[in-house]
Amino acid sequence: MNKPPRSQRKHTPKAKNQGLYTRAIKQSFIKLNPKIAIKNPVMFLVWIGTIITFLVTINPSLFGDFNDSNQRLFNGLITIILFFTVLFANFAEAVAEGRGKAQADALRATKSDTVARLILPDGSIQEVNSTTLKRDDQIKVIAGDIIPADGEVIGGMASVDESAITGESAPVLKQPGTDIASSVTGGTRIISDELIIRVTVDPGKGFIDRMINLVEGAERSKTPNEIALTVLLAVLTQVFLIVIATMPPIANYVNNPVSIAVLISLLVALIPTTIGGLLSAIGIAGMDRVAQFNVIATSGRAVEACGDINTLVLDKTGTITLGNRLAEEFIPVNGHTVTEVANIALISSLFDETPEGRSIVDLAHKLGSQVDFDINTATGIEFSARTRMSGTDVENGIEIRKGAVDAIKGFVRSRGGNIPDDLDQTYEKVSRLGGTPLAVCQGDDIYGVIYLKDIIKPGIRERFDQMRRMGIRTIMLTGDNQITASVIAQEAGVDDFIAEATPEDKIEVIRREQAKGKLVAMTGDGTNDAPALAQANVGVAMNSGTQAAKEAANMVDLDSDPTKLIDIVTIGKQLLITRGALTTFSIANDVAKYFAIIPAIFASTGIGALNIMGLASSQSAILSALIYNALIIPALIPIALKGVKFRALTADQLLQRNILIYGLGGVIAPFIAIKVIDVMVSAVGLG
Amino acid sequence: MGQGFLQIILTLVLVVIITPLLGNYMARVFLGKQTFLDYLLKPIESRLYPLFGLRMLEATNSTGLQYVKDVIASNLVMGILVYLILMTQGFLPLNPTNLSAPSWHLALHTTISFLTNTDQQHYSGETTLSYTSQVLALGFLMFTSAGTGLAVAIAFIRGLTGQRLGNFYVDLTLAITRILLPISIVGAIVLLISGVPETLFPPVTVTTLEGANQVIAVGPVAHFEIIKQLGENGGGFFGINSAHPYENPNPFSNLVAILAMMSIPTSLIYTYGIFANNKRQAWLIYWMIFSIFAFLIIITAVGEYHGNPLVNNNLLGESQPNLEGKEVRFGWSQTALWAVMTTSTMCGAVNGMLDSLMPTGGFSTMFNLFLQIIWGGQGTGTAYIFIYLILTVFLTGLMVGRTPEFLGRKIEKPEIVLASVILLVHPIAILIPSAITLAFPETLAGISNPGFHGLSQVVFEYASAAANNGSGLEGLGDNTLWWNLSATFSLILGRYVPIIALLLLADNMSRKQPVPLTSGTLRTDTVLFTSITAGVILILGALTFFPVLALGAIAEGFQLAG
Amino acid sequence: MLSINDFLKAIRVTFILWTITAIIYPLFILIFGQIFLPYQANGSLIKDNQNNIIGSSLIGQPFQSDKYFWSRPSTINYSTEENAGITGVSSASNLAPSNPDLIKNIETEITKLRQANITPTADLVYTSGSGLDPHITPQSALNQVDRIAIARNLESTQLQELVKSHTEGRLLGIFGEPRINILKLNLELDQL
Repeated sequence: MNKPPRSQRKHTPKAKNQGLYTRAIKQSFIKLNPKIAIKNPVMFLVWIGTIITFLVTINPSLFGDFNDSNQRLFNGLITIILFFTVLFANFAEAVAEGRGKAQADALRATKSDTVARLILPDGSIQEVNSTTLKRDDQIKVIAGDIIPADGEVIGGMASVDESAITGESAPVLKQPGTDIASSVTGGTRIISDELIIRVTVDPGKGFIDRMINLVEGAERSKTPNEIALTVLLAVLTQVFLIVIATMPPIANYVNNPVSIAVLISLLVALIPTTIGGLLSAIGIAGMDRVAQFNVIATSGRAVEACGDINTLVLDKTGTITLGNRLAEEFIPVNGHTVTEVANIALISSLFDETPEGRSIVDLAHKLGSQVDFDINTATGIEFSARTRMSGTDVENGIEIRKGAVDAIKGFVRSRGGNIPDDLDQTYEKVSRLGGTPLAVCQGDDIYGVIYLKDIIKPGIRERFDQMRRMGIRTIMLTGDNQITASVIAQEAGVDDFIAEATPEDKIEVIRREQAKGKLVAMTGDGTNDAPALAQANVGVAMNSGTQAAKEAANMVDLDSDPTKLIDIVTIGKQLLITRGALTTFSIANDVAKYFAIIPAIFASTGIGALNIMGLASSQSAILSALIYNALIIPALIPIALKGVKFRALTADQLLQRNILIYGLGGVIAPFIAIKVIDVMVSAVGLG
Repeated sequence: MGQGFLQIILTLVLVVIITPLLGNYMARVFLGKQTFLDYLLKPIESRLYPLFGLRMLEATNSTGLQYVKDVIASNLVMGILVYLILMTQGFLPLNPTNLSAPSWHLALHTTISFLTNTDQQHYSGETTLSYTSQVLALGFLMFTSAGTGLAVAIAFIRGLTGQRLGNFYVDLTLAITRILLPISIVGAIVLLISGVPETLFPPVTVTTLEGANQVIAVGPVAHFEIIKQLGENGGGFFGINSAHPYENPNPFSNLVAILAMMSIPTSLIYTYGIFANNKRQAWLIYWMIFSIFAFLIIITAVGEYHGNPLVNNNLLGESQPNLEGKEVRFGWSQTALWAVMTTSTMCGAVNGMLDSLMPTGGFSTMFNLFLQIIWGGQGTGTAYIFIYLILTVFLTGLMVGRTPEFLGRKIEKPEIVLASVILLVHPIAILIPSAITLAFPETLAGISNPGFHGLSQVVFEYASAAANNGSGLEGLGDNTLWWNLSATFSLILGRYVPIIALLLLADNMSRKQPVPLTSGTLRTDTVLFTSITAGVILILGALTFFPVLALGAIAEGFQLAG
Repeated sequence: MLSINDFLKAIRVTFILWTITAIIYPLFILIFGQIFLPYQANGSLIKDNQNNIIGSSLIGQPFQSDKYFWSRPSTINYSTEENAGITGVSSASNLAPSNPDLIKNIETEITKLRQANITPTADLVYTSGSGLDPHITPQSALNQVDRIAIARNLESTQLQELVKSHTEGRLLGIFGEPRINILKLNLELDQL
């Protein structure tokens, strides 16, 4: 399982971004259609304002007389700026959608309409279009077919090329019954033999279908946070609408009537157009980023929930440690020698095809051990969860066993043997090293202990440190004994662990954490993980996992890389941070816009001293504020799409950082920008 | 100037000293702990309440909705009772000057105004209302409206901190019998000693030294005066309120009145700290509000001290304080201090005329009314502070990448909707009627001061009504059908919509599963967070009203300076 | 919506709270005041030797003649004559600092003071808050001493002493402003 580093695996399947911007520009105009525009109330208001200013450009005295010579030019300029404001917002959304669409197209390419062989109840086979397949249909696929739908293997055995969705070139063996290998994903290709598959999803409901919908933004349902933010923005808009609507009588009272075009300018400057224009782009881009990580999320809500995770429940094997433990050392007990132990260990593992077993054989060979009898005369004893040991029965009934120390002790006792005094000591020694001790015995004689070494993934400790700073507690689950587990836990830097864990423990842990009000995320792959995945607030199933697990989860990791949960948490947080930061920025901008526009339009009342920016004239002040307001939208598109950079800091540090940049920056930046624009506007004589 | 500021600083020191004492006492009362008054009152209550078929003080929790219903039902009944008394005062006893009933709309406005703890007065007490109306009608509402505000605030705090809301009638009764009434009894006697009258005799007619015929209005003032201050009511017994020598005869009574006015809104923040078991946060909020408050006091006091440049430069030829509408015994500093205090606490009583304040004072007083959280009204002010805190938590919570949570409870759509309602009500209740009135300055407005100040007069009146303050730029000719009805609209909107929203919000919060604190949780008891809250308050609360401030007080300031 | 039961509860509570706060409490304060503090409770009234009420020590009176210290301008002329009605009144000008009427009024006051050879001070040119302000500042009193000395044919120093002895200081030397009760001062003046 030598995967390339994650960075290189991103963007598989590769999305095509050619022509993205030309398409987005076209979309920006299509989105001017009121039916589409009304979905974004803030920008819709700007759009209505644009139309009204257009009318007063044609006829400046439509809503009352204003005897200003260049009123028409001024109104015309406002109309153009407002129009661009709307276009820019549409463009931001279109670019995000375009990128999502490209991603979706790439996903969709894996899933073309194919012919499926439907097995009818009478056993005969009918060829149907794959899109007509329903849940619980049974189909047959043979070498060369594209698997038409997600499903579970119920018969046959075959290798499947899943590179289309995972980017992993090595074919995967699929067969029924087994946890990991019995599920298949629509769009993958079977390259040998044949399979009988029970379809597990209705048409258009598969993981890929859901993901396509999400990244395209077409059926993106708003997440709870997004809805709450939309409410707040709508209320702010209403507040400023009231401010502007009540202004004419007030302005008239102080003998400083204000034209409708200026009122609209002020309204547009005050309502949160910046965040209003970028909000949907942020959401779509967030889903897009998830997809780029080769994770399929069933909803945006699930991605956001990741940001709230308090507790991460992780399997040790495959997540914290490399999947395979390797034999490191043979430690003799009871007066035996290393060579003797190596020999016995070698024999015990002859039929053990697991990586651990292979590594024992390798180590024994390295120490010079050889099998000195005919292997065919021996019988392999398979590992079972009940006996918790495996081994080999050789000629003349000699039983050679290896397994958990407790299990071997029991075995030896049952054969009338004694437990050597130094066994427990050795067992503890290995455990303390974080290794898994396996005892080996021949008949009633325990020879020694095999030290299986767990290899902690490089860099995992740093990741857990980051988690801790972010306030996320990690809990490791392992079947190892208490001592081994504690050593690994300490080395890896997890906060808590559960040793000798059963699948039931998993769900128990999750329930316990949730009872404390925590949000729990976990990864899982086996069928017996399904209840826990469903119980967890965020369940990430491995693509290599069973269909049951995938259905119970709200995300599927196509790379089957459990540590990716950490990345998803980051994306979830980033999504929220981007929204919060741009909202803050947008609202903070109002201070400068107020100080630009109010002194300008009420210059005759003698409040010119409030023009602290020293803007050239009242017209250039209004135009500059509006131009700033329009330009800030495209200027922030990159941040909206990429997301505000997330750092693993504590909440307080993060807040301090972001409030400086987006809060204080949001107050100061427009003062400078509006002043600069004003200088340019008055230079070209528009002021 | 130094002496003037010394008075101000020492007064504020006294206010700060009272905060933990009263805050702690109020917490004990509403947490159901034993207080020294229980020994005295419990035996009486246990005999008295059953006579009315009530089983009070047996705390039964009600839902947010039931709490709302109880507030509305009780206020409705109290309002009807008071309206009937006002309308029949001509037939009732204790009417030595034979006053007849006020017009129906003045009576309506007065009833709603006192019912909502506003005490905006479109009448002059001594010439309009009989002793019966003052004591049996308005004096009654002064207790219940203040008690209602306190009860709502306590229910809100309970909800925020994850407890059930409690029972409105229990809270109302506790607020009155354990807090408002005991302090009022002591305070009324203190005021009596300092010279505030308490009599049922008719007005006194005297011949002055120069032989003029002077009529001196008297009445049962002392008991009325103290609850007027303590309950943030502000409705004076006399037309000119606490500037009247009988309401506020000397600097001593002035200090008592100031402390009574400041004590509950400030202490309630401390009470929150005890409920939330986070006094650090309470003090942080306290000092944040205090800073804005102190700033407003300073600019107001400096403005009054420097006086009116038009008078100083052209007529007096030297710098003298602005004493228009001020009493000599209070001078510029006590009047400026009081003006900021009365508009910040939503008391609304005045010991000098706000209409004649310099523009910095006009700015500060209106700023207080717009924000309504620089301490804020009895109970409700503290609750509004938390609305801003919740909105800040929402923005900052997003900025640290978590669903925002306050005191471990998630802020979601329903909370934002309810908080937004409170944010939205204020501009609706102020700006819309102001715009209508200003559109017809000749027929509706009744403006007495020309120019920018006239604009302020109109906006101030509605802001005062919507914020349930009650003070006014009193030159305004406001006893008209239009003013009485439109101000009543602002009064009701500004009082009951937020109260309903607050209670429902608290109810929501109390039902949420608390989320444990981690290092990923945004702490709300830090200097950083509190400073951001101040920023949010200033931006969301003040920017809305920036245009009317600019065209009112600020433009007037430039006009005077230029 | 609200049920009958809600209203019955509201009516009962209203009745009990009304009894406590609108009847028992005011009655207690009234009786307490009338028994223990009758002077203050009835308005701190000043009586002459014939037991006639000649004013209240808390309420100012208008003084215009040269024989008396003048009091502050009042928009209601201290609730006298036609202003007072039968109820008595209190009121202020409520003129904004930017109001031309205010400047006009102050001009009138200053002219009046200058004609009487009195240096104008803020309290004597601005109208008071209540219209009943019983006080003027010590400076304003001192500024009037020469005029009264001439009108009453008295020594200025004697009057200055009188003013000094009638100056009420700040509460604890801190709160409020130093002031002179104009009615008490003028009463004293008549005794000289």
